[in-house]
Amino acid sequence: MSVNTSTSSSARDTILGRIREALRVSAPLPHMTSHATEEAATAGPGGLTILPADVARPWLPDGGNTPEERLALLTENLGKLRAEVHRVADHAAAAALVAGIARDRGWRKVAWHGHPRVEPLAAAVGCEAHQVDAAAFDKNALEACDAGITACDAAVAQTGSILVSSATCGGRALSILPHVHVVVVSLDQIVATLGDALDLVRSHYAGRLPSMLSFITGPSRTGDIERILVLGAHGPKELIVILVG
Amino acid sequence: MTPGSPIADAHPVHEAEDPHLAKKKFLHDAAEHVRDTGHRAFVRKALGGYYTNRDTQKARYRDWEQARDAASLAKWSAVNRLDELLPRFVATFEANGGKVHWARTAEEARDIILGLLRAAKAKAVIKSKCMTSEEIHLNAAMEQDGYGVVESDLGEFIQQLRGEPPYHFVFPCMHVRRDEISDLFGKHLGTPPTDSPEELTMIARRHMRRLYVDADVGITGANFLVAETGQISITENEGNARLTAALPRMHIAISGIEKVVANLDDLAVLLPMLATAGAGQPMTCYNTLYAGPRQPGECDGPEEMHLVLLDNQRTAILADPEQRDSLHCIRCGACLNVCPIFKNVGGFTYGTTYQGPIGSVITPHLRGLADWNHLSGASSLCGACTDACPVRIDIHHHLLHNRRNAAKTAPNRWEKLGHRLFVMVATRPWLFAAGGAAFRKTLWLMKKLRPPLLRDWLATRDLPAAPPASFRSQWRARS
Repeated sequence: MSVNTSTSSSARDTILGRIREALRVSAPLPHMTSHATEEAATAGPGGLTILPADVARPWLPDGGNTPEERLALLTENLGKLRAEVHRVADHAAAAALVAGIARDRGWRKVAWHGHPRVEPLAAAVGCEAHQVDAAAFDKNALEACDAGITACDAAVAQTGSILVSSATCGGRALSILPHVHVVVVSLDQIVATLGDALDLVRSHYAGRLPSMLSFITGPSRTGDIERILVLGAHGPKELIVILVG
Repeated sequence: MTPGSPIADAHPVHEAEDPHLAKKKFLHDAAEHVRDTGHRAFVRKALGGYYTNRDTQKARYRDWEQARDAASLAKWSAVNRLDELLPRFVATFEANGGKVHWARTAEEARDIILGLLRAAKAKAVIKSKCMTSEEIHLNAAMEQDGYGVVESDLGEFIQQLRGEPPYHFVFPCMHVRRDEISDLFGKHLGTPPTDSPEELTMIARRHMRRLYVDADVGITGANFLVAETGQISITENEGNARLTAALPRMHIAISGIEKVVANLDDLAVLLPMLATAGAGQPMTCYNTLYAGPRQPGECDGPEEMHLVLLDNQRTAILADPEQRDSLHCIRCGACLNVCPIFKNVGGFTYGTTYQGPIGSVITPHLRGLADWNHLSGASSLCGACTDACPVRIDIHHHLLHNRRNAAKTAPNRWEKLGHRLFVMVATRPWLFAAGGAAFRKTLWLMKKLRPPLLRDWLATRDLPAAPPASFRSQWRARS
């Protein structure tokens, strides 16, 4: 490494020293409209106020209280985000659905990853299927695919987000490089809020975090030209969510 | 400039070379832009949809104001525990396999990144939107060292082709019309003209795809650093940051030291609020957490991940408890979108990396109060910025604090003399009455003579007609 280690460690010491020095004088609490936040705040380490995890939850957008409410909310939010949502009874039906979509849209090549929820779809798709995690990763092969099929870690009713990870959803590129992202969601993967999904991350991946976790909220989009919404900026133009169960 | 043209082609240089000229340049550019009604109308129209969407999304919160309390407290407790949380973040980030580099100044940050590019023998670099890299003028340094770099965010790409910095730190090319983009793409990419934003976006999409695949190094920013898990969180809509961090073999992220949050729970509040306040969305399209390079068992991802932590005067803001909360900023851009000054003078007039009200607060800290205090004067103090801020930064009061600090450190002799004269007059009722009488008689003379001290003020305003008698004598006559 050409970066000089001694410069780097002295930069670290200088910056941390400046931070400690600066924080010797305390800053007032932010001006808050309600006392609820202040009351809910508890004394944290070092006597500083921190916010307990669940305090903000009742103020954020609703995530639904029952599985039915959550499913309805997720479907509604995905629709508003212009994702395409399908509900099927089982994996066989999901496979038939994807095969139909592939035929109708003339897909020549799809990419997928080894996962029990994805394999039946890849097997039935009826066109060339490239498994990204079978051999050494080939970005050129993936770039040439029309669609990527992945599993997910969770779906968030509150925001219509799908959580994917590099460990369980075929790495980093499969859900972002192909023009269409097909994601299989089992109904029991639907959680109410982002907080719930992050709790899941915390308990499921404790000590062995995947190198990437991504909340996908609708197809890729941009408003950079005259603030007019266009789908498919760099990531998938279409997000197809298949709800199974 | 043609009438109605929203571009500032007449001002190719957006940062005054000599910082002492910053104020002069500001006044000049502001006057030009305010006269350009076409530009103002265009910017207002572009923001029109934002207001509607933001209000729709805010209404989905069960209590937006209390959610703001929570967001501000989350950032307050992180910034005020930075001494504990930053080392904890660094330890967990490095335990995940990433490497942290500390930079006291912009120059150190540039040197670190150029060193990494040399070590990686980089040939092609792809970059996703990162305001910290604008702050340290990274692209210019990279080009000087012979590295080609492509901005992949659509707005940043357009600005890169135009040779301009971002106009707005969230909406980089909101001032550019589609026909100008069509001409720009025609000139640089050889594409046929179109007036469809969709087709223009697809041109950039097609152009960029090979570049992601072929790049050796990807450079991104960071929106949050999570101390609990050692992850960096990146928020984006287009998917370009995800591609930038997926395909090249090295990922370099740049972040200010103030971006730390305590834990994942804070993100459950901050991620949706960033999207709603900044762009009127329920969530930005991709919110991605990175914990180091590719882990064993993963099929792709970079072999190395580096994070450059930048101070560049942030610790000076931290040392000012009164304005410490300006480090809570999550760069959503909401304060720009509602600011009457921003909407009238435009983004380039500021001459800063961070435009608008929050830029006017922090730039004097980052680049010197003496040269940048004029930005604190460019405010109507209406407080729209403070109302819009999702983390409740007391923005408009900080503009007042900057004015006060500037008056303290570099007093204006004339202003001081004026105040002393006023105190002398105001504390002597007879002198006050005599002065008032004299003014009532000579007000018309001021209009005629336009004395130098009043000339700027009178340029756009009329003096009121003098009342026939003083308030005190009118009051006596009533009772």
